[in-house]
Amino acid sequence: MGRSNLEVFSETLQELADSDRDIVAVTSDSRGSGKIAPFGERFPDRMIEVGIAEQNLVGVSAGLASAGKRVFAVSPACFLTARALEQIKNDVAYSDNPVNLIGISAGVSYGALGSTHHTLHDFATLRAIHNITIVSPADNFETRRSIELAAAYDHPVYIRLGKKPMPHLHDDQTKFEFGKGIVITEGEDLAIITTGECVHLASQAAIRLERIHKIKTRVISMHTIKPIDHKLLFQSATQCGSILTVEEHSLHGGLGEACASLLMEAGFNVPFKMMGIPDEYTITGSQAEILSHYRISETGIAEQAWDLISQK
Amino acid sequence: MTNTELQIKAIEYRKRLLYYIKKANAGHTGGSLSCVDIISALYNNTLNVSPDNFADAERDRYIQSKGHSVEALYVVLADKGFFPESELETLCRYRSHYVGHPTRKVHGIEQNTGALGHGLSLSVGTALAGKMDRLEYRVFTLLGDGELTEGSNWEASLLASHYKLDNLVAIVDYNRLQITGATFDVCNTDPLEDKFNAFGWSVEHVDGHDFETMSKVFDRTPFQKGKPNLVIAHTTKGKGISYMEGEKRWHHGVPDTQLYNRAMKELDDRLEVLLAQKKQKVKNGNI
Repeated sequence: MGRSNLEVFSETLQELADSDRDIVAVTSDSRGSGKIAPFGERFPDRMIEVGIAEQNLVGVSAGLASAGKRVFAVSPACFLTARALEQIKNDVAYSDNPVNLIGISAGVSYGALGSTHHTLHDFATLRAIHNITIVSPADNFETRRSIELAAAYDHPVYIRLGKKPMPHLHDDQTKFEFGKGIVITEGEDLAIITTGECVHLASQAAIRLERIHKIKTRVISMHTIKPIDHKLLFQSATQCGSILTVEEHSLHGGLGEACASLLMEAGFNVPFKMMGIPDEYTITGSQAEILSHYRISETGIAEQAWDLISQK
Repeated sequence: MTNTELQIKAIEYRKRLLYYIKKANAGHTGGSLSCVDIISALYNNTLNVSPDNFADAERDRYIQSKGHSVEALYVVLADKGFFPESELETLCRYRSHYVGHPTRKVHGIEQNTGALGHGLSLSVGTALAGKMDRLEYRVFTLLGDGELTEGSNWEASLLASHYKLDNLVAIVDYNRLQITGATFDVCNTDPLEDKFNAFGWSVEHVDGHDFETMSKVFDRTPFQKGKPNLVIAHTTKGKGISYMEGEKRWHHGVPDTQLYNRAMKELDDRLEVLLAQKKQKVKNGNI
């Protein structure tokens, strides 16, 4: 078992900051929840605290970036991508200020804290904004590589991170680049396209499907939601003949709908199902309980996959 | 630049921005006339910025938060040589870079603005980077008095004084009029000086149409070491065109041909007087 992606983010940023004096972190009273406090201890002059003020967080970050700083704006994803959406749209994306927006404790990571603290809208809102790369790393490796790439990238990036410890899904030799999905397990009976912390659950479901039903499932970590890897998507639709998408996001406007529109426009007519959080008052519980409630679990995903395959 | 030269430019800029607004049949006429003298004072006398040094990390920055008054900025930037003025013929036209709010596609523009309440945060970030890098540049931002009801301004104001950004100069185009009516009727933000003082800023008042005073005040920044600077520039919306002054309908009104010709005549008449005065001064050896 690895650590939380947030901890890996913080550790990676500190390593990068050792050799790049322009790297700064900007926080909105979020250094603790963002696991970024050690960065502030090592680089006190490069830790900008704005207080609980997300709009200002993003505007100030854009100003810093325009003056040559490599900015990581760190704030709970729920506030960052909602309250500061206009600043993201105008000051970051439209002005092309290369801010790296780090959405912490995304999805339903905050569990029982309730809907104010859930982030089920960030893919949907940011997908509709031009000029921002949307990344949702699955494990520590993908997180590390995302941060390294973002630090060297000259355009806006949003990286969505969860806070629970994540199992390792890759070795260090895996190739990682924005916009290129990664095949986690090979298979040709069904493709599960998933992202973020759901990738691990989908991988477990794939093992279960093989054990119980002798089904070979291709699990893809679609870590970049935009630009999405449509080639891998089309290839998987052709080779596997059915697609299941799984995400810790609203069923509206997320990974599933992105895949669905691409497949439909390209003329694919394959069994297709989206798993995510439905459009309803979200149930109370821990992250795992909420996800399980909506069948986003090893067994839930496996059952849904089996249903889908029976339609082939 | 001398006061007389700036007064002549004030007329020329007004003629140009009215011409382009009329041609585009769109624009924020009243606000542009209100702030064009402030922008002129900055670019002609204060800012260390030019087309040649625009990529220089040490240049002064000007970020126009009240982006809707972009026509005033366009004519000043064209005059300073950032782009050929003829390009403004395409203002608001299909595929033109000269949009109705500032964009960085136009040489000389620092940030894309237009949604209100963004410029101050952008300026705070830019000023903060200057402090971190120990660069000498100053950051000027122009805020509308109407836009001060956006809460983000107050978030940014708090942070500016928290980080002691005395290299930041926020200028309020204090014409006391917004699209709906008088600012104090819509949602009163007065007394501005008291509010900004309470937020830790150092505040000065100027006549936003008096070049000599503005240039002197801008050059006196920081007013107090360790404090961000606020300049409340008292202005008249629609300044320079008799029938537009203080009239809210010219916020984004475009004059018809008759009114346009009347405005141009007023400006031409004043220009004639100024040029005659200048000639006399040259003759007397005062210039």
